[in-house]
Amino acid sequence: MAYLDHAASTPMLAEAVETMTAALSAALSAAGNASSLHSAGRKARRVVEESREQLAAALGARPSEIVFTGSGTESDNLAVKGIWWARHDADRRRTRVLASAVEHHAVLDAVEWLAGHEGATVDWLEVDEQGRLHPDVLREAIERDPDDVALVTVMWANNEVGTVQPVRRLADIAHEFGIPFHTDAVQALGQLPVDVATSGVDALTLAGHKFGGPLGVGALVLGRDVTCVPLLHGGGQERDVRSGTLDTPAVAGLALAAALAVQRQPGLHARLTGLRDDLVHRVQQAVPDAVLNGAPGRDRLPGNAHFSFPGCEGDSLLLLLDARGVEVSTGSACSAGVARPSHVLLAMGAAEVAARSSLRFSLGHSSTAADVDALLDALPGVVDRARRAALPTLRR
Amino acid sequence: MRLLAALSGGVDSAVAAALAVEAGHEVTAVHLALSAAPATLRTGSRGCCSKEDARDASRVADVLGIPFYVWDFADRFRADVIDNFVAEYAAGRTPNPCLRCNEKIKFAAVLDRALALGFDAVVTGHHARLADGALRRSVDEAKDQSYVLAVLTPVQLAGTVLPLGGLTKAEVRVAAAERGFAVADKPDSHDICFIADGDTAGFLRDRLGPRPGPVVDALTGAVVGGHDGAYGYTIGQRRGLALTVPAPDGRPRYVLSVEPVSRTVTVGPGEALDTTSVRATAPRWLAPRLLPLPCEVQLRAHGAVHACVASEDGSGGWRLELATPARGVAAGQAAVLYEGDRVLASATIA
Repeated sequence: MAYLDHAASTPMLAEAVETMTAALSAALSAAGNASSLHSAGRKARRVVEESREQLAAALGARPSEIVFTGSGTESDNLAVKGIWWARHDADRRRTRVLASAVEHHAVLDAVEWLAGHEGATVDWLEVDEQGRLHPDVLREAIERDPDDVALVTVMWANNEVGTVQPVRRLADIAHEFGIPFHTDAVQALGQLPVDVATSGVDALTLAGHKFGGPLGVGALVLGRDVTCVPLLHGGGQERDVRSGTLDTPAVAGLALAAALAVQRQPGLHARLTGLRDDLVHRVQQAVPDAVLNGAPGRDRLPGNAHFSFPGCEGDSLLLLLDARGVEVSTGSACSAGVARPSHVLLAMGAAEVAARSSLRFSLGHSSTAADVDALLDALPGVVDRARRAALPTLRR
Repeated sequence: MRLLAALSGGVDSAVAAALAVEAGHEVTAVHLALSAAPATLRTGSRGCCSKEDARDASRVADVLGIPFYVWDFADRFRADVIDNFVAEYAAGRTPNPCLRCNEKIKFAAVLDRALALGFDAVVTGHHARLADGALRRSVDEAKDQSYVLAVLTPVQLAGTVLPLGGLTKAEVRVAAAERGFAVADKPDSHDICFIADGDTAGFLRDRLGPRPGPVVDALTGAVVGGHDGAYGYTIGQRRGLALTVPAPDGRPRYVLSVEPVSRTVTVGPGEALDTTSVRATAPRWLAPRLLPLPCEVQLRAHGAVHACVASEDGSGGWRLELATPARGVAAGQAAVLYEGDRVLASATIA
């Protein structure tokens, strides 16, 4: 099997599994609610707080800025809705959300929900053909009326085509006007240097399973001076911003994985860049008309390669590769598993037919040259066959 | 063989796929997404491609341990089935969208793609028997679907596997339960899958807009009522006519014909619906025979079977002389010729 879908989920790090296994085993003998006042509660709380400190240190943030959540999606929803509500409560003129047109659905649909139910207005900020948001575009959008902007949200790196946004410059522009800036950094952590303090962002989304941690846990790094209305009300955990008993083993697994991912990031970046460049080169040799989507060089996640294969349906390519033990993604899927043309590619100016002919290959910490070899062994025949399958038939 | 099983999320296609796996074939499952905006949950016996159905289908594939994919045919389905359905009603005919979906989607677009991707055939859960190119009725006459498969060509049937034709529906449900499928007791689907609330007239009204016209009594020629759109009426319909003038003989009146250009709906007594002569166009033969031919004909899905003689009509179609009168024969439906339980041919009722 060759797994080239790390952007969807990456294998857990052995260290994170060990930590979680130990924490789960401890739960055999002691119930541990981190909010309880007795000894067992204190033990659980200690695990949570040490994890918080470990994660904060890895990210260049303060422990008080870490809010543990259930997923990257929850973190995005909490940031987008919570900050919008708080800013709107403080000044009713603030209704506008500025978001890039290539956001993940966790941001995109949360923003659309605010527009549909809460009276928010939205400016979807245009990106260029490589998926990059130019700082001038943000500045112009703000300057149209700086007083009505509730927040700016722009992802750190795109989950489909891997384009890295100039987050520092974008955050600086937002701050010139006193507007909070959120970034979805789900794809970035582990692949790129992510430091909250130097990036200048006010809120940053993470998901455990994208960097070797467990599924079902995420975090929102939320600046101490950023007011955020909760989505979940209850026991007042996590700064009163996110009530709910924490999953202690998962939090421990996430924090350790983040620390290791950050520590190993420079080496991984170099290794994945080499593997990815080899993959891109060989795909272009094997399928000369394949189109590489996204940005070149340093503006791209090192593990990402995203191609359109003219004349093919992405669905067909995926099925045929899967049958040959090569696991990839068409880059966008909904809960019913239906591949719709990617809004990211459409925003980059691709035609719908090109958007439907795309595949994402994403590498991560466990990727090897053998994975790339397996892909290239299968790809030429698969592309040929998928092309024939897309031709209108003349049999009837 | 390498087979592609189309899983709707219902019990029939689940058992069909299971039987194909158990026969030793290499089976891959696909669920066809036919709606661009699928509902989250099923509503009773209607709808065919909600997310719940997609999940049911994927769970069957899990149990069988076979790969599962969702194929998006929403655009094709809209163009080839839904738009055609609306256009046919607008032209005063009564289309059968299931038949059209088989002809244009399941055994055309899906089959073509399957063959091109390296599969040998498509497996479906239709209740009909198919062996050596001969399409026959299911052993379960009440569930038989040979009528909606009769439009297929021999080439299409050559790429089709129908494992369920020898089983009754009750046996299919037992087979599903034995295999641990959660869909074993899922209700059968009825009605038209893309009209979730079952309101066909409302669906057509939304798309065609109001086109008011008269309702005319066939016996007196008098206008006896009005309507908002002739497309809301089906030949043989009795209910919902809202006639303002009672019939002279006081007997119930039925829709006899729908004329879209003058927007006239003609009503009359039930006997006027009876006919022993039917014309049909664009015949397709699965088992070619010389005409004239004594055989049997079925004129609508799950309709009665009539002994008949089929002959050439002089313009490439058929004239069918029925031994017993058929009531409410609707243009746009298929006339399917049978020889016993074997399908010979189909054509479109003119």
